[in-house]
Amino acid sequence: MKPASFEYSRPADLDEACALLAADDGARLIAGGQTLVPLMAMRLARPTRLIDIARIPGLAYIRDEGNTIAIGAATKQQAVESDSLVRAKLPLLAKVMPYVGHGATRARGTVGGSLANGDPAAEIVLVAVTLGATLVWRDGGKATEIGTSDFFIGPMVTALPQTACLAEARFPVWPEPRIGVGFHEVNARQSDFAFVSAAAQIALDNEGRCTRAAIGIGAATAVPLRLDTVAKTLQGARFEEAAVRALLRAALAGIEPMADLHASADYRRRVALTLAVRAIADAYQAAATRRA
Amino acid sequence: MKVELNINNETHVVEVEPRTSLLDCLREKLLLTGAHAGCEHGVCGACTVLIDGSAARSCLMFAVQADGYAITTIEGLAPGPGELSPLQDAFCETHGMQCGYCTPAMILAAHALLSKNPSPSRDEIVEAISGNICRCTGYAQIVEAIALAAERMRGQNEPQEILSERA
Repeated sequence: MKPASFEYSRPADLDEACALLAADDGARLIAGGQTLVPLMAMRLARPTRLIDIARIPGLAYIRDEGNTIAIGAATKQQAVESDSLVRAKLPLLAKVMPYVGHGATRARGTVGGSLANGDPAAEIVLVAVTLGATLVWRDGGKATEIGTSDFFIGPMVTALPQTACLAEARFPVWPEPRIGVGFHEVNARQSDFAFVSAAAQIALDNEGRCTRAAIGIGAATAVPLRLDTVAKTLQGARFEEAAVRALLRAALAGIEPMADLHASADYRRRVALTLAVRAIADAYQAAATRRA
Repeated sequence: MKVELNINNETHVVEVEPRTSLLDCLREKLLLTGAHAGCEHGVCGACTVLIDGSAARSCLMFAVQADGYAITTIEGLAPGPGELSPLQDAFCETHGMQCGYCTPAMILAAHALLSKNPSPSRDEIVEAISGNICRCTGYAQIVEAIALAAERMRGQNEPQEILSERA
């Protein structure tokens, strides 16, 4: 369990980080290292050079930009977990943070690292997909914005070019006053990798009818799924469990879940249905307790 | 590479390969063997240390990344030679250990919890040590030890006039 040898650099800014990446095919970025270092310990990853971006100035922040909350790539997961702005404006992200790894990994792990790894079981990835976040990477001097549907390609595969560094994630803020969220996941022990997860964010009008919904399923498929048709159909509807279940069943009939030793494809589909119903029920209930 | 580490309020300059984990550096270069090598890939939690007061896994951090942080190991918790911290005392009293392999990490994880939350609920205690595996499965006494230490430390921190009024 010892990593292979590598060189270590700590660039002063993103330009230098990108230049170092461009100069060496085998180089990889490290921020918190909570996913990369285990892979290196098992020699599943053998980078020739680690480029440490954890302490690049101006890469760790949580900023209110009106319609969005912008989070710097090197922002520690621990900082997001305890942030009052995130709690107030991004309740779904706040809800999932305690499930991201363990306290000891959130102390080092970063938001950008989780997104750049693109693990379909990662809760931050699920929230980014569910809410439709915009990601920003820097490649040399050039900044590129990309939606999550184009960014996440497969398990641990993203559109991020080899020479680029993720710089920021922008999560949309819903202005509606009555918003509720729900999240559930199933795993072997609390905070281990999820076999299946489900997230929902619902906005209600004064009569308890849904005006907007976002629903996502994580860990079941190669990239997290956003159930847009279900979200659209919920608009105008009060919560009725049987109807929601039927909608979800239809939406999940055509997906191709992953299968492994812990969870078969059929199991993942069944659990995705159950967890999504619960997440939506929780979101409705939480929204109903908020005043218009 | 040369790196300057602040460990238990002392500065150490060590020469390490970039691939040397903070854990191996603590154990082999500095002979601080209280941080234990269990799985060495971030699953068991036996290597937990405090980085700026937060519990973190020293096997998932390279020594070359660790300059500039205040690192605390189990060796830095006791107030003086031959003494124990309230948490260490409580672990002894409730028999919060069997083989002892997970113990330093459990105590540091608990220390990080109590420094932010002096009155944790049972669920919060369980959550705080959920990343630390005890293969003797003596979790019940570990949870008991942390609750006992929390109670005692709260007592210590009460203002003196309240204590004297009570007496």
